[in-house]
Amino acid sequence: MKPLSRRRLITTGIAATAGVTGLTAAAHIAERYGLIPPDHTGLYGPGETLTYASQRLLTKHSLAREFPRHMISKSPFANETIPPGSAPKPHQTTGFSDWRLEVNGMVAHPASLSLADLKALPFRSQITEVACEEGWSYIAEWIGTPLIEVLNAVGVLPQARYVVYFSIQNDWWDSIDMADALHPQTLLTWGMNDGDLPVSFGGPLRMRVPRQLGYKSVKFITRLAVTDSLKPFGKGLGSAAPEGGYAWYAGI
Amino acid sequence: MAHLSNPEGSRHSAVVRITHWLTVIAFLALLVSGAEIVISHPRFYWGEIGNVNTAPLFTIPIPSSRATVPTGYRYVMPDQNGWSRYLHFQAAWAAVLTGIAYMLYIWWSGHLRKDLLPPPRDRRWRAYRDVFARSLHHAPPQEGDARSYNVVQRTAYLSVIFVLFPLVIWTGLALSPAFNSAVPIAVNALGGRQSARTLHFFVSGALLLFLIVHLAMVIQAGFKKRTMAMITGRDGEAHESMEHPKSLEPQEGL
Repeated sequence: MKPLSRRRLITTGIAATAGVTGLTAAAHIAERYGLIPPDHTGLYGPGETLTYASQRLLTKHSLAREFPRHMISKSPFANETIPPGSAPKPHQTTGFSDWRLEVNGMVAHPASLSLADLKALPFRSQITEVACEEGWSYIAEWIGTPLIEVLNAVGVLPQARYVVYFSIQNDWWDSIDMADALHPQTLLTWGMNDGDLPVSFGGPLRMRVPRQLGYKSVKFITRLAVTDSLKPFGKGLGSAAPEGGYAWYAGI
Repeated sequence: MAHLSNPEGSRHSAVVRITHWLTVIAFLALLVSGAEIVISHPRFYWGEIGNVNTAPLFTIPIPSSRATVPTGYRYVMPDQNGWSRYLHFQAAWAAVLTGIAYMLYIWWSGHLRKDLLPPPRDRRWRAYRDVFARSLHHAPPQEGDARSYNVVQRTAYLSVIFVLFPLVIWTGLALSPAFNSAVPIAVNALGGRQSARTLHFFVSGALLLFLIVHLAMVIQAGFKKRTMAMITGRDGEAHESMEHPKSLEPQEGL
């Protein structure tokens, strides 16, 4: 080893200071522009932050791929089957006429919407792919009310940063940032392939977030909460996914 | 000690050594976590879509970590996808950033031109044939074998650096629905999401094959010495080799 000369000491010191200052500045900028995911703590925080930040910069307004009608899958895969008697089954007998979507949090006019109320808002149909983190996928036509229509109707307060969405299944809830919440393809979906959304695919109401993996598209939605912080929800990691060991951001 | 050219005059420069071991760590993490992710759906498809209701291109005959996948086994493996996915993408970032640093270095330092690109006289099939022929006949090593990569080694390294790594990154990125929304051609050019996934699997397999051959060659050339050279940069017996050409090592590890 060479003895540490004064010059070397000074250059090393300057480099270290510049490095620390640079990192601090980067952290401030990232925080300010909402580039830090809620599950940024822990062993895999750096990778998650790099992925989320770079994709947020790259994909703020980009649209998920939409497909021609002939590419709709003839045999889509519903994934998990719902245990009989649980979840939305009891509501099914009444044709979901008692299904409500509560919207509260940082909104000017908290609301409780029926499916008919939702369908009265402007709706959109899109043919997009559901891609599961396991590797499989299918394409379907999804018909629903863009989340942005609901948010506009209730009046989102300017400090809002996330929309948290809850399912009739207590252990399944998730959240998205405003870039995804205001995205035109983020749908509160109630129709699939020209019919009602089947219960096995999340009916009567499923959040479709086509720019992220399937697990962000939570089934059986009953409540939306608009918030400026994810800390008060669950363990504060943004959704049930990180509590189960999975990433909050699933755009990969 | 005229060696693989680098400013320090050692066998492997500090940048090459550091990036080599960072890549080793990242690649092993990607390999293990990637295999874990495959276990959750050991079926592969071609085209845009594929699921248990569609015909697979091929399946890997192992149990799955999902009960919804028909594997023929009654056994369902434990779900390891959470940490596997976190680790896979963190390691991918490490590999990509290391790769960028390495690419810039080999271009800037001349390592690429001097040590990796085959010299003009070797850019012919005959040069490849000669290397294999010498190896098959256990011919005594030639002057310079221990100091420089032969044309087969160079081609293997260049293929990994400029073909397989870029391909594995591309096919991986093509699995990201968000990235695809910004750059749809990334997945469309590969023939769809499931084609991208299948290609990602095969390119990873090719990288694994390289790793196995690389390790075999390193072992053949002297595992301890070659590994120490990649750690310390010094070649323990280089001086001796120069003085006694007969003791030149047979082949440098691929």
